[in-house]
Amino acid sequence: MSSAREAKSRSVFSRTVVVVPLTVVATFLLLTAARGITGSSGARPSVPVRELPDVKGVETATLTSAPLVPAPLNRDYATKVVVELETTEIVRRLADGVDYTFWTFGDAVPGKFIRVREGDLVEFKLTNSKTSGVPHNIDLHAVTGPGGGAAVTLTLPGGSSSFSFRALNPGLYIYHCAVSPVPMHVANGMYGLIFVEPKEGLPVVDHEFYILQSEFYAKAGKPGEPHTLDMERGIDENPTHVVFNGSVGALTGDNAPTVRVGESVRLFVGNGGPNLSSSFHVIGEVFDHVYGEGGSEITQRNVQTTMIPAGGSAIVEFRAEVPGTLVLVDHAIFRAFNKGAIGMIKVLGDEQPAVFKQLEGIGKTNH
Amino acid sequence: MRFTLPLALLLTVPAVAGAAGNPGRPGMVRLPEGSIGRMYTMVGDTTTRQRVQGFWIDRDPVTRGGFLVFVRANPQWRRSTVAGVYAQAATYLRDWRDDLDSGNARARNLPVTWVSWHAAQAFCRDRGLRLPTLAEWEYAAAADETRHDASRDPRFMQHLISLYAQRGRTAVAPRALVPNAWGIRGLHEYGWEWVDDYNSTLVSDDSRGVGGRDVDAVCASAAIGATNPTNYPAFLRAAVRAGLDGNGGMASLGFRCATS
Ligand SMILES: [Cu+2]
Repeated sequence: MSSAREAKSRSVFSRTVVVVPLTVVATFLLLTAARGITGSSGARPSVPVRELPDVKGVETATLTSAPLVPAPLNRDYATKVVVELETTEIVRRLADGVDYTFWTFGDAVPGKFIRVREGDLVEFKLTNSKTSGVPHNIDLHAVTGPGGGAAVTLTLPGGSSSFSFRALNPGLYIYHCAVSPVPMHVANGMYGLIFVEPKEGLPVVDHEFYILQSEFYAKAGKPGEPHTLDMERGIDENPTHVVFNGSVGALTGDNAPTVRVGESVRLFVGNGGPNLSSSFHVIGEVFDHVYGEGGSEITQRNVQTTMIPAGGSAIVEFRAEVPGTLVLVDHAIFRAFNKGAIGMIKVLGDEQPAVFKQLEGIGKTNH
Repeated sequence: MRFTLPLALLLTVPAVAGAAGNPGRPGMVRLPEGSIGRMYTMVGDTTTRQRVQGFWIDRDPVTRGGFLVFVRANPQWRRSTVAGVYAQAATYLRDWRDDLDSGNARARNLPVTWVSWHAAQAFCRDRGLRLPTLAEWEYAAAADETRHDASRDPRFMQHLISLYAQRGRTAVAPRALVPNAWGIRGLHEYGWEWVDDYNSTLVSDDSRGVGGRDVDAVCASAAIGATNPTNYPAFLRAAVRAGLDGNGGMASLGFRCATS
């Protein structure tokens, strides 16, 4: 743990701390202790706790803003992946008539989607815009190591920091800022998703989308000034807005992704919180597969609504069977009806009367 | 990582205490002795309060114009000549146009920023003063416009949160700001200010999970043992200080001087 202190003594502008060796050792010690393995004569072998693949080559990660997801990696080896993210503080629309001072990863709420492969050595560089007012850091839940990276990435405005970690566990993980007061950083929009693709990859689908639910506690400023965090509402867990992809309407109307009848869809869904769990549901569909809690296995099939905890995720898959508009909601339904938790995916194509057909009545098949 | 942290925030002062200017110290304000609450209680010392002796503090932050005068008279503190151990070339006075050009008249009336702790300290010393201590600064900054201690008032906390969350800091000169109850201006409006013992907290960059009382003020566990976990502005200030290096600086970091 001394590495954080050493980093502190160096320049803010060039912190580099390699976390992996510490992590591996610590993990090893923990695991051996947990299993009651004491070793033969006190001397612990210095081998890593698990076989780590050789790292070949270097890549710079392609980062995407929601609802886009970086393409599958299609790699059969581990590589060094360089990820660069900048934290910023920007004013942007949260809802009609509500501009909000967001704190972001990559000028985007939710933050940029990061995709790496299981076994990759990730070299992470965090910079904080010099126009920022406060320090930021990053805690990636995919990281095995101190604070998920937060311990070594406190970064002042105008500064940068870096560390490396090994993507040991496949799955879909939230990342977020963890500078105190953490609730304020998270409530202002500092979260995103990192997907550690299993080394065998996921089955090929026609579409992948990045969906993230989060809620905002907006307090009006003076006339002409943007909204900022309403602390009392935050403590009361009483948001003014519950949204998908950072603002009311970010996934509706012209912003709704489009797929075609018969195509398969995978949603990488995160919940940035800061407080609410999501009863994630897609009106007019059934999830064929759910990778529960964002893990690497299909844990359930044929699911209507999947629970996504704050600071957690899920991967859901379905096939678009009939044309129309699928409506994504938090099925804690006041949030959808009154606070903005609605998104859409448009399904184009021919009617499929064998699957769904209106027989009589005044409703329209378009939900 | 265990750190002890006598950071302080909440205060009480004698109700009759009044701050006043003094002809002997123009531009400064006298604050009477009082006590401030610690941000955390400490192992072996569960007292929640810390005494603060009476002291003088600048009514306004040091301006660019004021700093220009200092730099003129002290060439070793010019941008092109300052030693890197005292001020990083990449940050020191980076928004000045030149060694001796701190901007137009409007800019010269705004607080100087992008100054290092060493430079700020040298400036104050040059005036026969020093930087305020962390405790003094927090004591002075707990006042709102009418009360010497507003740190338990959710509305004042909300006001500060909104101020701190703003991207663009205020661009009006200190003299146009409403003073707080001590008569001090601009403690919060521009962002942050150096204090003498900014690094006294010895915080780590992240120590969630450490638990107990010896947590730092920077991360999620920061609330453990905190005397007032709703004082978000205090946590924000602590996080900023935790990231500072004595030769660094940033756009939203200025200073003012004090003396006992
Ligand atoms: Cu942050």
